[in-house]
Amino acid sequence: MSGRRRQRNLVPDNLTPDILHLTPMADLNELYQQVILDHNKKPRNFRVLENATRQQEGYNPLCGDQITLYLEMDGDTIKDIGFQGQGCAISKASSSMMTAAVKGKTRQEAELMFDEFHRMVKGEFDPETSEHHLGRLTILSGVREFPARVKCASLSWHTLRAALEGTQEAISTE
Amino acid sequence: MQAAVEAEATQTAHAPFDVERIRAEFPILTQQVHGKPLVYLDNAATAQKPQVVIDALERYYTEQNANIHRGVHYLSQLATREYEDARVKIQRFLNAAEAHEIIFTRGTTESINLVALSFGRKFVQAGDEIIISTLEHHSNIVPWQMLCEQTGATLRVIPINDAGELLLDEYERMLNPKVKLVAVAHLSNALGTLNPVQRIIELAHAQDIPVLLDGAQAAPHIKVDVRELDCDFYALSGHKLCGPTGIGVLYGKSRWLEAMPPVFGGGDMIASVTFEKTTYNTLPHKLEAGTPHIEGGIGLGVAVDYLTGIGLDRIAAYEHELLEYATELIGSIPGVTLVGTAREKASVLSFTIDNIHPHDIGTILDQEGIAIRAGHHCAQPVMKRFGVPATARASFAFYNTKAEIDALAVGIQKAIEVFS
Ligand SMILES: Cc1ncc(COP(=O)(O)O)c(C=O)c1O
Repeated sequence: MSGRRRQRNLVPDNLTPDILHLTPMADLNELYQQVILDHNKKPRNFRVLENATRQQEGYNPLCGDQITLYLEMDGDTIKDIGFQGQGCAISKASSSMMTAAVKGKTRQEAELMFDEFHRMVKGEFDPETSEHHLGRLTILSGVREFPARVKCASLSWHTLRAALEGTQEAISTE
Repeated sequence: MQAAVEAEATQTAHAPFDVERIRAEFPILTQQVHGKPLVYLDNAATAQKPQVVIDALERYYTEQNANIHRGVHYLSQLATREYEDARVKIQRFLNAAEAHEIIFTRGTTESINLVALSFGRKFVQAGDEIIISTLEHHSNIVPWQMLCEQTGATLRVIPINDAGELLLDEYERMLNPKVKLVAVAHLSNALGTLNPVQRIIELAHAQDIPVLLDGAQAAPHIKVDVRELDCDFYALSGHKLCGPTGIGVLYGKSRWLEAMPPVFGGGDMIASVTFEKTTYNTLPHKLEAGTPHIEGGIGLGVAVDYLTGIGLDRIAAYEHELLEYATELIGSIPGVTLVGTAREKASVLSFTIDNIHPHDIGTILDQEGIAIRAGHHCAQPVMKRFGVPATARASFAFYNTKAEIDALAVGIQKAIEVFS
């Protein structure tokens, strides 16, 4: 190997891997918590809605996650919701938890939850220190340590928003 | 640094493969990821770079930088010579007849698109056919679809069996005078299938149909001799060959390249320009408009010499051993299904695990310092053929070890535990 190679370490010594977002092992348990694994195995509302008033496709081309969302709206209220599709554990659990969270909520309430959820998984909103409307969805906050998985967690939410807006095109996270 | 290349070349063909010595030449491999030693098994996506290549890039910018083909001054001549020497190195690497048959591009994708745009424009018309196969990378599908859309030609696709092997009988039946080109992968990136390209070419040539091989995956792993293969075009990417990103090669037989019109116009590709008429430069420059990726070309030249120094045959033999070991070990883990089980394979082990999505496998392995690819590998038709949305893929290079494959097996067990 070259002797004249200059090894320049750009990282100050006092920076620990934590600060560099090099996630230590423990966070894996944070990501794949029992509740999440359970939703993955037995997703709630995993069904086609007979009386759906809206149907929306969502797709994450990066990993092939695909979701079909069914909504039964009663005015501005999500009376019933169901989904079908395939995806990774994070995407499936997040879809399952999303449907459970927004059922019976109004469009405005759902959109507020999406906003908080999206910022939470991107690490821009900390439900531990701020008031929030997320309920059990905070379980998915571990995703913020895994930037590559943010899209998995938010696919179903993007799809929900498109359904609420009545967009007909299949939406994509790309 | 030249000395290192030569020292490498003196390793005789029968000496044991000294993988530790080779690893020491790749500075990135000493890294820790998430507190674990890096296990880099994503070589089909891109290969790591040996110190000689890194040094060549630094040397270019510290000692040689100037624009090429246009200066009378010392540095310009030096840079031109280095760049053109690199072309000759690649000519030798592929055993092409002429240096001007080596066209520098940005990579395999651009090489294939160049053929589609130039050869396609000249030789393909409505009613014609282009043959590809089911196991192609998107970059050997989409350019042909675009060409077919523009010309009214038809895309035909060679089917594969459950092992991921092309059905040659079907292929033979598809050949007819309307077919203007056959374009297939030499080695599949999603399945690891090594296609019977010799036979594919013979059958096409029997009907005077030219053949393009997508060599993005094959070139780093097996000895490629374009004259022995008798292929008409060969496309490859530098970054998969231990070279820099942003540089690649289109090999084409002179008689095709001579007949092909330029796709890009500009500097370097012309002999003379007036507002009334422009005459094009000779090959290879006719197809290389503008200032190229000079240091990339030079770096790729160093990379192919480095690989030749180790010996592609020795690399192939060692990697074959790794792949067999991995196939046996990973394939025997309960719940693991291998995707792509062709008799002839190289480098790639694609798999799924019951009830675990590949993306989750990828995240869990990453925490162990193990880099694999999870997804559709830019080969969605292959995924569809096997009825899976995605696979996990480990792909091996000559600097990988059996110990790293052991680490992969342990990581997979861990993923299975998390999801049990
Ligand atoms: C078989 C095959 N063809 C083409 C490509 C495209 O190569 P590049 O992105 O370097 O142009 C790849 C890269 O993954 C490949 O594996």
